Amino acid sequence: MSLQTNSNTRGASPGWSPDMPIISIRDVHKSFGALEVLKGVSLDVRKGEVICIIGPSGSGKSTLIRCINGLNDIQKGSITVAGQEVNDPKLDLLALRRKVGIVFQQYNLFPHKTALQNVMMAPVLVLKEPKKEVEERARALIAKVRLQGKEDAYPGELSGGQQQRVAIARSLAMRPDVMLFDEVTAALDPETVKEVLLAIKELAAEGMTCILVTHEMGFAREVADQVYFTDRGVIVEHGPPDQFFTKANDPRTRQFLSQIL
Amino acid sequence: MSGAFRIDARRFGEGSFCSRIHWRHGIWLGLAFCGSLAFAHAQSEPAQQSASAISTLVLWMPFILTGFALNLLMSFIAMAVATVLGIGLGLLQISRSRLLQMPAWFVTHLFRNSPWLVILFMVMFLVPFEIRLPGGDILMIPDWVKATFAFSLPVMANISEIVRGAINSIPKGQWESAESLAFTRGQTLRWIILPQCVRRALPPWMNWYALLALATPMASILGVREAVGNAQAAMEAAGARPEFLIPFYLFLLCLFFAYIYPIALWTRKLERKYVVAN
Amino acid sequence: MFEVIAPFFRDLYDRTGLNFIVFYDSYEYERFLSGIGISLQLIFWSIVVSLVIGVLGAWAQGARSPVLRFLMDAYIQAFRNTPPMVQLLFFYFALGAFTPQVDMGGYYQPLISSFVWAVISLGIFGGAFNVEIFRAGLEAVPDSTKEAAESLCMSKWQIYLYVAFPLAFRISLPALTNNLVSLAKTTSLAYVIAVPEMTYTLNQVWSDNVNVPEMMLLLFLFYVLVVSLLAAGLHVLERRLAMPGYGR
Repeated sequence: MSLQTNSNTRGASPGWSPDMPIISIRDVHKSFGALEVLKGVSLDVRKGEVICIIGPSGSGKSTLIRCINGLNDIQKGSITVAGQEVNDPKLDLLALRRKVGIVFQQYNLFPHKTALQNVMMAPVLVLKEPKKEVEERARALIAKVRLQGKEDAYPGELSGGQQQRVAIARSLAMRPDVMLFDEVTAALDPETVKEVLLAIKELAAEGMTCILVTHEMGFAREVADQVYFTDRGVIVEHGPPDQFFTKANDPRTRQFLSQIL
Repeated sequence: MSGAFRIDARRFGEGSFCSRIHWRHGIWLGLAFCGSLAFAHAQSEPAQQSASAISTLVLWMPFILTGFALNLLMSFIAMAVATVLGIGLGLLQISRSRLLQMPAWFVTHLFRNSPWLVILFMVMFLVPFEIRLPGGDILMIPDWVKATFAFSLPVMANISEIVRGAINSIPKGQWESAESLAFTRGQTLRWIILPQCVRRALPPWMNWYALLALATPMASILGVREAVGNAQAAMEAAGARPEFLIPFYLFLLCLFFAYIYPIALWTRKLERKYVVAN
Repeated sequence: MFEVIAPFFRDLYDRTGLNFIVFYDSYEYERFLSGIGISLQLIFWSIVVSLVIGVLGAWAQGARSPVLRFLMDAYIQAFRNTPPMVQLLFFYFALGAFTPQVDMGGYYQPLISSFVWAVISLGIFGGAFNVEIFRAGLEAVPDSTKEAAESLCMSKWQIYLYVAFPLAFRISLPALTNNLVSLAKTTSLAYVIAVPEMTYTLNQVWSDNVNVPEMMLLLFLFYVLVVSLLAAGLHVLERRLAMPGYGR
């Protein structure tokens, strides 16, 4: 049972059609004070694609992801999500965030609510959907990430991998068009990494557009449609995984790959 | 991850001080006091009778300040007594022997949970005002001495808790290494544990001094001639006119503020220094 | 209730001289009960006022206007570094002298009674500490948790109400308990402005009947009992609100 609603028409702005890229990033510059972290990044994501962004720390990967859902603002360039310009000052941030879900490295679950309540909170409070419906959907989502039985557990009682899966279910509850994953397995121990990656893989197989910042090369090779390599604020190279990992062109890419593979 | 949801306990130990404290505020409050004095002056009727409120205040200021000196004296003596007794009580609280530990725990909690005013009443009424010494002489115990002792009791109990907390916060590893070096329990406390505790206990200790000093005006209820009592007596002597009230009470507030605020600033500085060091 | 205990205490007095007159004399008994009532009300209202001031003040301390933040800091410093007893005297005598009098048909009564002034003064005193406690609690809520709520499209007010404040409250609870217990004890200072609460009432009883030690004991027991109940109640609240897994 796919839990994705047909998101072609829901919430799409005029001027966007499914054959255009769902996310369009053009020459984005971002600085924190005097430090420029993104120095002209351009990127297109089509609907249903799975993108992996890899690169050394400090290269701007997480910053880029956070710009897409408006957590960081950009100084120059444009980011368009399903026809909506992210840096438009008149932009309704809430409307944007309904389309873009994000899962963080530190899960960031609400510790005073149970897993089920965490998943239910946003649809009830923000989308104002009726509680009964939301609860059904929430239980289904929790089962989907293989945590049935843990609905009434508090985050403090769950392991890291379990918390991360609840975080995924929580973001999915808002029925986004795109899911962003910011190094979601970096804080987990190896056994639990697998269960989280499995959840993401299934999500991707169902057609969800996913952008992952990750160090999991095996996962990128298996699941990604495109792999991007960033270094010092620019995208150095990108390509489909089989080509990228074996026949990388740029020497920086090759050096990075040789260090980690 | 769990550390993310806890306030640094040291920041709120037994009444730790505000983080936004700054000497600038003192200047502003001084200005506010002068402003209110001017306001009160404007309120009082033109000089058909005797002097205005301000000049009355100035006239009686030495008398009030003499009383304040007694407040300070009471606070110093009470703090000294409380520290000595409190450290003793704290050490008893961590004693291995139940016979010593239980009464110590009881006394500590008794005096921590009672209002200062009630303890003051109890000491003032129940301690005799004179003691007949074995040699036949009579020792007079003035009221202010009794009040000082009464103030030292709750502070003693709180210092006992501070000591207990400080000792318990020293990692077990310290005790274990001392034991392996053949120190007795007493020696470990004296040479290893307590010296470390002093640094940790200093800011809360200073904080309790400030609270003690701010409690000393209660002694005026029972007739001790300290600052507040003297101010009230002065107002009576000068004719008990309502326009005296604001300047006199404001003066008292500013007097205590001028003394306590620098102490609070200093405490805050010490806290920062020892938190960083720890 | 009175009829049941009266004979015992009268008997006690006759046999041992321990004079607990409040329990066998109906006039004193009434005074005693009224003292208890006023004390409990005073404690309750002072705590309520201090909590309201604490919540509003914590919000004001995070406000954008520097004037507002400065005023809050000045307020906190002024009330933490001056004697609470002098604050009470100032409010009642100095400010009270300027409040309007109400015509009660033949005599005049101040509009604001000593009880109300005590609540105001003690509430403001306790509030000064609460502001700092709540503010620190709010600051201890990690930014990343608030970001996660923001990413879920919750509005600023929703984040505050459903995420930031519940967490801040749980974090603040131990320090808040300390402060509220301390405030409950400080209410005995209302004696100096003649609020007829327990200390004042029993003082009058022992002045009339010269049974100081017995009444002193009763006064002592009253406060110890109230303070212990308050602390126990707040500890129960703490345990009920505790987030499983984030134990001490």
